[in-house]
Amino acid sequence: MDVHVENLTKTFGQQKAVNNVSFQVKTGEVLGFLGPNGAGKTTTMKMITGYLGIQKGDIKIGGNSIINDFKDYKKHIGYLPEHNPLYLDMAVTDYLKFCGSLQSIPNAQIDARVIEMVKVCGLNREKHKKIGALSKGYRQRVGLAQAMIHNPSILILDEPTTGLDPNQIIEIRNLIRDLGKEKTVILSTHILPEVEATCDRILIINKGEIVANGTASSLKKQAKGQEVLKVKIEDAEGNNVLEALKALPTISNADYAGRDPHVFELQSHVDESSKRAIFNMCIQHHWALTEMIPMEQKLEDVFRDLTLN
Amino acid sequence: MNAICTIAKRELSVFFNSLIAYMMIGLFLGFNGFFTWLYGNDIFILSEANLGVFFYISSWTLLFFIPAITMKMVAEEKKSGTLELLLTKNIKDRDVILGKFLATIALISIALLATIIYPITLANIGDLDVGSTLCGYLALLLLSMTYAAIGIFASSITSNQIVAFLIAMIIGLCFHVIFGVIAASSKGFLGVFFQQLGTQAHFESIARGVVDSKDLIYFLSITSVGLFLAEISLAKSHVKG
Repeated sequence: MDVHVENLTKTFGQQKAVNNVSFQVKTGEVLGFLGPNGAGKTTTMKMITGYLGIQKGDIKIGGNSIINDFKDYKKHIGYLPEHNPLYLDMAVTDYLKFCGSLQSIPNAQIDARVIEMVKVCGLNREKHKKIGALSKGYRQRVGLAQAMIHNPSILILDEPTTGLDPNQIIEIRNLIRDLGKEKTVILSTHILPEVEATCDRILIINKGEIVANGTASSLKKQAKGQEVLKVKIEDAEGNNVLEALKALPTISNADYAGRDPHVFELQSHVDESSKRAIFNMCIQHHWALTEMIPMEQKLEDVFRDLTLN
Repeated sequence: MNAICTIAKRELSVFFNSLIAYMMIGLFLGFNGFFTWLYGNDIFILSEANLGVFFYISSWTLLFFIPAITMKMVAEEKKSGTLELLLTKNIKDRDVILGKFLATIALISIALLATIIYPITLANIGDLDVGSTLCGYLALLLLSMTYAAIGIFASSITSNQIVAFLIAMIIGLCFHVIFGVIAASSKGFLGVFFQQLGTQAHFESIARGVVDSKDLIYFLSITSVGLFLAEISLAKSHVKG
């Protein structure tokens, strides 16, 4: 099921938590929701789940507005809230049965679903323990299990990998990727490599407004649009090389990359490449071009550029 | 309906998996037993095969015990954040309120059922009026429903259990005594109004064995209003954020 968010706005008192946000997520897509603390990620997610009321705008699930004509839409959504609240006094399987029953799974199928979720989320050894006795990582798995128990077509995960160890993080990421093939997944996180590893598309939100929307690679390009190269040119005097480099028409900025007089960092003009020009220049002067490394713009830099005003 | 039962079942299992239910039922029975059979104007002093004393004492003990049961019901879920989990499931706010109400009534019914030994004992030592005894139990049940609805409403307007308990007690006391006191000191319409608003007159009339539709409507409407307000305050607390 597709999720369409249209001109969503929410104010808490004077503060606009979400301001005229529109985006859409298609089936088979994993959308990463990024943003600094207090940007409005959780508020937007809570509105999609129906927990928070919609002030202005609309959310459509599978083409039906959740405000007016779609009463049972909650059963299509699986939700893992931010701090993963759980009934600590319940045993894992009892809790999952409880959640399954509230999601209107027929009684005859609940046990099978619980067994499957226990398997998928790796809870087999802990399934009879009380949730209060579990470590944070296992509680997170219980949270994921309850979100998926009714096999929803939309999954909304608010920081799904917090508190997990590196192995578990990889497991959960793989799980999300697998789920994302047939479901609509919206996840929020602060961990940028996680977005690159799991999400098909990234939405960066800042102060309640969307500031970027696209794939990780397109965002990186969009952010600077400049080619950055690190080159090492030997058999020559450093200053001569630097001057020759600065003279190249495609290069906007050139400098030493570090203390080594043979290594330079070069920025090209927007939408231009200097690789060939550098190569030709070295041939002309009989210099040895021993290294040429394209420097990739990191998602962290993109994020900082867009959210630090 | 399914969701209401699921929520009620969970509430009951929480009660019985912790000490709360056993302590509540134990205290309720101990208190009532003590004042009904051993102390004060007990049955032996009145020397009538009549459970009126028990019903009167119970109407007071329930006033304290029901808020103690209901105080955590919504307030705790709000505090721990599990309310969000519950309300994003495929259920309505009303299901949550009704589920919790049902669990409270079930727990109280269990406590009342345990007092079945009182009429059995009395029937053995005297001539027990079965009809009026049944009416007495009905009156207690109706009164419990009213206080349970008030208690759940109180729990839904705060995330602090103590506050919820106190609010429920204060509202309960108003209905139980204060409206009666106001009625006694007012004249004319106001007097009648407050007398009809208090639970006491209605409770006594049913407990005496007169099941009047007026009294039934009274208890059921106070219960409905309480539950309705609880639903509104629950919706308000999450929809507005």
